Amino acid sequence: MAGAAIPGRLNWQLATVRELVDETARAKSIVLELPGWPGHRAGQHVDVRLTAHDGYQAQRSYSIASAPDDGHLVLTVERLEDGEVSPYLVDELRAGDELELRGPIGGYFVWEQSLGGPLFLVAGGSGVVPLRSMLRQQRAGGSEVPVRLLYSARTLDDILYRDELARLASVDVDIRLTLTRLPPDGWQGYQRRIDPEMLEQVGWSPEERPLVYVCGPSGFVETAASGFVALGHDPQRIRTERFGPTGSER
Amino acid sequence: MTALDGNAIAGLLQEVFGREMTTVNGICASCGATRPMAELNVYLRAPGTVVRCASCEDVVMVLVTIRGITCVDLRGLDAG
Repeated sequence: MAGAAIPGRLNWQLATVRELVDETARAKSIVLELPGWPGHRAGQHVDVRLTAHDGYQAQRSYSIASAPDDGHLVLTVERLEDGEVSPYLVDELRAGDELELRGPIGGYFVWEQSLGGPLFLVAGGSGVVPLRSMLRQQRAGGSEVPVRLLYSARTLDDILYRDELARLASVDVDIRLTLTRLPPDGWQGYQRRIDPEMLEQVGWSPEERPLVYVCGPSGFVETAASGFVALGHDPQRIRTERFGPTGSER
Repeated sequence: MTALDGNAIAGLLQEVFGREMTTVNGICASCGATRPMAELNVYLRAPGTVVRCASCEDVVMVLVTIRGITCVDLRGLDAG
């Protein structure tokens, strides 16, 4: 149904896939062209809707991976084996295809320069996607805000944006990785699930009042958030976003 | 069943209320906890979407969409 767009309302729009970029064996970045896109803030997401020939629809939320000034809207999607939407997006979607989405959505899990820092980003798995948007935003704005990223993944091959993160680490962004399974030979990083000790070692002290963003699966976010509170961090400065097996694949 | 949070239904809430809702504070009618909607516990696998208080786990809100129409029950949300 084509209707006039009402400002402030969420309207479904058709985006065109410009390019697909392999991030890992299971994840792709989808570069989209979207006429009339109002722009977004780092950390926001979009809802994607697929419609089958028989009219059946499935809808999921995906975080925006690009920074507001990147020029294109980029989503990074990891394939869930029993997923309804992500296998199509990762395996079937081709450049030139159209994709129905609405957004930008959300205002809580958002970072912009005016919020300051220091900024501590904590990612579990594909929870790194919205945090990558924040990292790019922080870099692009020439911000003086110090930023650290703690990123937990299963194996080195599951790390999204590996080259980009390596480049940032070689400049002045403090990036620490922890691998929960099968670290490669000679691995220098952490080799376990996150815990309060790790958060304390990598992050700032509660006295330095870091602004903390945690994104990952529910259990990961639970562990991180309760760890920060136990370490004495102000809950008001901790923002979390969870994703799970249904309804909001990332 | 694992809970998600209010961010997961940000689109649905915006559709229903006509504005961004995750930063809006919600008051639990049961225990009085006041938190941004983003911090509520959200269960998507129930028949419909069940939203519970993150402090006392009482039901704050239930949303059910049938044939494009969303019914919203704000049974546990206090006006404040």
